[in-house]
Amino acid sequence: MDKYLWLIPALPLGGFLILALAGKQLTRASVAIVGAGSICLSALVTIIVGGAFLAGMPANAVYTQTLWTWFEVGEFSAKITLTLDVLSLVFVFVITFIGALIHIYSTAFMEADRDYARFFASMNLFVFSMLVLVLADNLLLMYLGWEGVGLCSYLLIGFWYEQPANGNAARKAFTVTRIGDAAMAIGLFMVFQQAGTLVISDIGANATTIWQPDSTVVTITALLLLAGGLGKSAQLPLQTWLPDAMAGPSPVSALIHAATMVTAGVYLVARMHAIFALSETARLVIAVIGAATLLLAGLTALTQYDIKRVLAYSTISQIGYMFLALGVGAWTAAIFHFMVHAFFKALLFLAAGAIIESLHHEHNMFKMGGLKDKMPVVFWTFLAGALSLAAVPLISAGFYSKDQILWYSWTANGGSPVLWMVALSGALITAAYTTRMMILTFWGESHTPVGHLPGRRMTMPLVVLAVFSVFAGFIELPHNFGHFTLFSDLLHPVLPETVMRDNIPSEWLFQLLAALATLSGIFLGYHYYYQQPARIENLRRNGLLASLHRFWFSGWGFDALYDRVLVKPFIFISKVNKSDVTDRLYTGIAAATGEMYKLLSRTQSGSLRWYIMGLVVGAILILGIQIML
Amino acid sequence: MKTTVSIEVVVLLAGLLFALGIVGVIIRKNIIFMLLSVEIMLNASGLAFVAAGSRWGQPDGQVMFVFILAMAAAEVSIGLALILQIYHQHKSLDIDNLREMNG
Repeated sequence: MDKYLWLIPALPLGGFLILALAGKQLTRASVAIVGAGSICLSALVTIIVGGAFLAGMPANAVYTQTLWTWFEVGEFSAKITLTLDVLSLVFVFVITFIGALIHIYSTAFMEADRDYARFFASMNLFVFSMLVLVLADNLLLMYLGWEGVGLCSYLLIGFWYEQPANGNAARKAFTVTRIGDAAMAIGLFMVFQQAGTLVISDIGANATTIWQPDSTVVTITALLLLAGGLGKSAQLPLQTWLPDAMAGPSPVSALIHAATMVTAGVYLVARMHAIFALSETARLVIAVIGAATLLLAGLTALTQYDIKRVLAYSTISQIGYMFLALGVGAWTAAIFHFMVHAFFKALLFLAAGAIIESLHHEHNMFKMGGLKDKMPVVFWTFLAGALSLAAVPLISAGFYSKDQILWYSWTANGGSPVLWMVALSGALITAAYTTRMMILTFWGESHTPVGHLPGRRMTMPLVVLAVFSVFAGFIELPHNFGHFTLFSDLLHPVLPETVMRDNIPSEWLFQLLAALATLSGIFLGYHYYYQQPARIENLRRNGLLASLHRFWFSGWGFDALYDRVLVKPFIFISKVNKSDVTDRLYTGIAAATGEMYKLLSRTQSGSLRWYIMGLVVGAILILGIQIML
Repeated sequence: MKTTVSIEVVVLLAGLLFALGIVGVIIRKNIIFMLLSVEIMLNASGLAFVAAGSRWGQPDGQVMFVFILAMAAAEVSIGLALILQIYHQHKSLDIDNLREMNG
């Protein structure tokens, strides 16, 4: 069955081609069938191929399929080769399965939109590019997918292009990720220069002979690759584009900016773990960036009003956890959290989209309220997602994945108590802002009347995702209870085991502290937003806290900082450069030519006698010169 | 009886005729007279060719003169046709009135 692997990306590509070329002629129903059907079929093929792959696992746990040669230059040849191992299988499964649910949801969500076909064409192209990214066997093909998802992200953020703000958000996302992508391209050049190949498995197998451990070269290469990941995954310092990217439709936020594309950085680091394993500095940088990002984004989420911005900052924060796990060397924990996060965050975004749609495009949580009884399906599914996000002990998938990261952030080889402290306080903050969001949205008084309720095509994906958000955690239980490690066992042929430190404290203690952090976070949210809402007002009157609130609300002033340090000088320089010296030279030549033309055109008087006079004088002159010489 | 005229005298005559022609072209206002002056210039050069041919005992000079004669005939016919057209359109043959093609 493995040989049908090519069908997984080919089906979305086919859907894209049909919709892009003939979308205008198709009826809405057939657009929906082509758009969602291609992804559903792709998910079906994934389940069949993945099942066959896992059942008859090849000896090296990798299946590759070369489709054709892209191009050859000298000794270098880039092939279109798909490779399937457990790591890419996890990603493919998440992309196609969640992608299919989101596409089904979108058929109802985008029903009234004018550009139905354009939406599904872009979405299908995105799924295709993302699948190319994770299935590519060489870095060049991966970069093709990498740029493809960037393009689709741009197209879909600016989907409602008639409002200038959406176009600006799209351009910002494109430009900021481009910074990372440029660094990554340089990283790829360095890899090619040193390894002589871009095939990932070859690089992984020969990494120790190509690079000296902890040499400067390998550190620089790793950091350049990491920069690409930071841009795509919206990590510090390139995180500013993601909150603005919420300008796109909610299914886009769910698919691209929560579940799949923004985790491409995590995939990149996990895929190139052979390089990162050689550089301790690079791993430390990853861990520190992840920890800083999760804390910073969590505190920002605590202050936002727009429900989608809360979720956006929460996504940044959760990806920070994944980077922290990658940095300390807990590779499988990062991928596990990626999978669980994809389920619950896609669910939260879709549910938020349903709420916003029903409340006539109201984004402000303070104007929602009281939706618990009015939208029961959305409430219960949102609750399941929120429990997972807050990592409520035992009953949510998020607990199992996040607890692992917290545990490894102290005990793994690259871990340290400081990182653990940050991660733990991040867990508390996560629980607090999740509770705040739940209470503001679903409890309290209703501020906005509810319009039409979401239909079955929108609630069905929510229910499926809610089930996964609760139960997906049970495939990997902690060592001290259950000790069920299906997920990490599956990944171990691809990703190295986590190396632990010596003399590690008891795991029970850590779980207890993690649970305590979550519960106290929930209590804080409950206390300030449900029991004693007046206290928030009191806090706000405090000048210091109010300015802190403003600072966090603006995302720690990063936008203003970049505006002042980068955007304004750039605009200034381009203004100055508009009439530069080089330009002067060429305009000068043009002006001189014009003047001389005017001068010469005077002689063209139209009088025949003067022309003849000129001829005679010229002839006499030339003859005279001839004779004189 | 064979009279010999020195070549210098003939070339001088040709130069004189040529200068007369040029002056005629320049100072005349009527196009027909300008055409006449051009004819004089052509014949001046023809004379110079014939004289040079006899000076070196070569037939080429007279061959060239026949060429010039043929060309002059063609030139005059085209020139007169043009003059007719100009007169049709402008009702004037004054060269000073016909200076529309200025820069």
